[in-house]
Amino acid sequence: MKKTFRIGGVHPDDSKISAQCAIEIFPAVETAYVSMAQHLGAPATPVVAVGDKVKVGQVIAEPSGFISGFVHSPVSGTVKSVGPRADIAGNMVPHVEITVEGDEWMEDIDTSDTIVKDIPYTPEEIIEKVKKAGVVGLGGASFPTHVKLAPPKDKKAECLILNGTECEPFLTSDDRIMRERPQEILIGGAIMMKALGVTRGYVGIEENKPAAIASMTEAAKEFPQIEVVVLKKRYPQGGEKQLIDAVIRRQVPSGALPIDTGAVVQNVGTSLAVYEAVQKNKPLIDNVITVTGRCLPTQHNYKVRIGTPMSKILEVAGGVPEKAGKIISGGPMMGRAIANLDAATVKANGAILVLTPEETRRRPESACIRCGKCASACPMGLEPWLLNKLSRAGGLQDELEKERVYDCIECGCCSFTCPAGIPLLDMIRSSKAEVMKIMRSRPKK
Amino acid sequence: MDKLIVSPSPHTHGRESTQSIMRDVLIALTPAMVVSVLASGWSALILILVGVAACVLTEFLIGKYMLKRPVTICDLSAAVTGCLLALNLPPNAPWWLIVIGSVVAIGIAKMTFGGLGQNIFNPALVGRVFLLVSFPVLMTSWSDSGAFFGFADAFSGATPLGAIKEGLANGQTLSQLTADDLTLSQSLFFKMGGSTGELSACALLLGFIYLLCRRVIKATIPVTIICTVAVVSGIFHLADPDRFTGPLFNIFTGGLLLGAIFMATDYVTSPMTTKGQIIFAVGIGLITVFVRYFGSYPEGVSFAILIMNCTVPLLNKYCKPKRFGEVRK
Repeated sequence: MKKTFRIGGVHPDDSKISAQCAIEIFPAVETAYVSMAQHLGAPATPVVAVGDKVKVGQVIAEPSGFISGFVHSPVSGTVKSVGPRADIAGNMVPHVEITVEGDEWMEDIDTSDTIVKDIPYTPEEIIEKVKKAGVVGLGGASFPTHVKLAPPKDKKAECLILNGTECEPFLTSDDRIMRERPQEILIGGAIMMKALGVTRGYVGIEENKPAAIASMTEAAKEFPQIEVVVLKKRYPQGGEKQLIDAVIRRQVPSGALPIDTGAVVQNVGTSLAVYEAVQKNKPLIDNVITVTGRCLPTQHNYKVRIGTPMSKILEVAGGVPEKAGKIISGGPMMGRAIANLDAATVKANGAILVLTPEETRRRPESACIRCGKCASACPMGLEPWLLNKLSRAGGLQDELEKERVYDCIECGCCSFTCPAGIPLLDMIRSSKAEVMKIMRSRPKK
Repeated sequence: MDKLIVSPSPHTHGRESTQSIMRDVLIALTPAMVVSVLASGWSALILILVGVAACVLTEFLIGKYMLKRPVTICDLSAAVTGCLLALNLPPNAPWWLIVIGSVVAIGIAKMTFGGLGQNIFNPALVGRVFLLVSFPVLMTSWSDSGAFFGFADAFSGATPLGAIKEGLANGQTLSQLTADDLTLSQSLFFKMGGSTGELSACALLLGFIYLLCRRVIKATIPVTIICTVAVVSGIFHLADPDRFTGPLFNIFTGGLLLGAIFMATDYVTSPMTTKGQIIFAVGIGLITVFVRYFGSYPEGVSFAILIMNCTVPLLNKYCKPKRFGEVRK
């Protein structure tokens, strides 16, 4: 029987309409806008000034804290400005603007297609290379990868799980890289296993991607320590906690870190970036972005240089149709609605999804009929109806904490499933933020 | 596309709505309604239509003119209550009886508490019990249904249960009762196994399967109720076969199937977690059997469900779902 996680989950429509579109190289842009906040944690500090000449892969910003990261120039050209620019939500974030001139790469980057299998580096060297290449988690959270590869001293990693579930509807970028570059992904996995000092690796892939399963299984024959695990289709299987539960049957205790189960989870895209960083000296300067939507004339999986404006990508993909209502960075369950189309892509952008107002319309809210479907759907075993009630009553943060609102992973299963159209997650998200603020303000024991 | 919509995730929604769920319940009740019309003729159809109309109208009038808020009849929950109430009455009941029942069900049991989702008790059952205690003769008179006795019996059928209760009270034993009265034994056993009762039980079970397939309800509550009734009545029957009726009799007579499948599974008035649902269902099973064996009424399903309805807020409070990460393995 195929594996899956044990609590909750929903089955949204697959909608993987771009799955058959091979990865295309996105044409060069005239200007790149590189955000300094492409990773979780403190924004990086720019180390270039206006007028500087930069090459592809050159460091343009350095980390400004433990959880932070390097940023590299995705293009070659001249730095035009360094300053704040609006991101997809319209928030002003420091950016480096580069006018593109030619496509000159740093000399130490191996741009050939040769696949390098041997891993001559020590764990420390690997972690340093991954850090220097600015690799972050490409599954969405953009957590700096080198931090995850060096767990705290008192925790012991036992296995690596590569996340190829891509459980969000519409998204196909991971599917495509698993079909087109399985060997490199697995070498990336082997590199991370060496860094972690573990001998067991898994790749979790949902059953709705048979081509990816086939190519990964074929490639994995050369990697006896890595096993391809076919998972049932169920959202949110790609959630870190859910994936660990599905693959190795261990549940991360509330308040603990995934490493407490002995598992380290990395997205397959991250694995590819690690391969390129370690074996090819290529920093994270591009990624595969799915451009999809039923209202678009054509579907695409583009390999895009970071810093490309979203509007440019949509323009090349055939323009934004008149009937578009909502444009989302990411999938329909957890993606973020884009308020500013001129915002540039960042490392963790995996998709641009265009929905019509009809496809994304919110239902009118009616009375809770106490069906309990939200509680059955919640992958964390919470009671969204109760959290919603407590949130709306106001001032009940103690109760909300007791009901473990802080465990919410904001997957959206509750809102998705509610027959009464109650925006459960909206309420829970805001009260979760309040409760966590209170919890953080308490003196540590 | 001058203006883009910006709102928090999720950006998509499942297909289910309150209306689609209620529509599924109506579809699931259709086989039972068809059988009742086939068996009892137009009177049953009129009863259903009047019941639905009275419930919907009551909700409309109260919502619009007393509570002065958006009309909610489109969610079809009032229609479901009307159908359930009709299926709980003798098919030959006069039309005004169900009108009274509907006004009580919707007006008192549902709208007084704030409408759909707020009521503590199952509205259709409150309506039925109100009629049962107010019009005991009308609610238990079956003379007009004549040849279709067995059919009518399977829906609300206090009759076999009533006859047994009366007989036992007069000092007869169960074996005497079933042997003496051929029609009674037919309705108890042969008909149940062969034609009428089976037909209607089949119709209810058909609806049950539909609801399960559509994932409107889970099997937990109905199956637990039936199992509890079977086990408890089995023990009593083995202990004293002359006084206590057996499991099959208890499962297939009276309103047990209708209650277990359609009334006890009402979302609003049943617990949300599996653990709570099991406790709730065991309680219904026990009370049903005890009312039938020891109570002054021949039938106990309605009372059992209403009594257990009271425990739902408590069960919701103390029966929490299993949290993620609670079990370390």
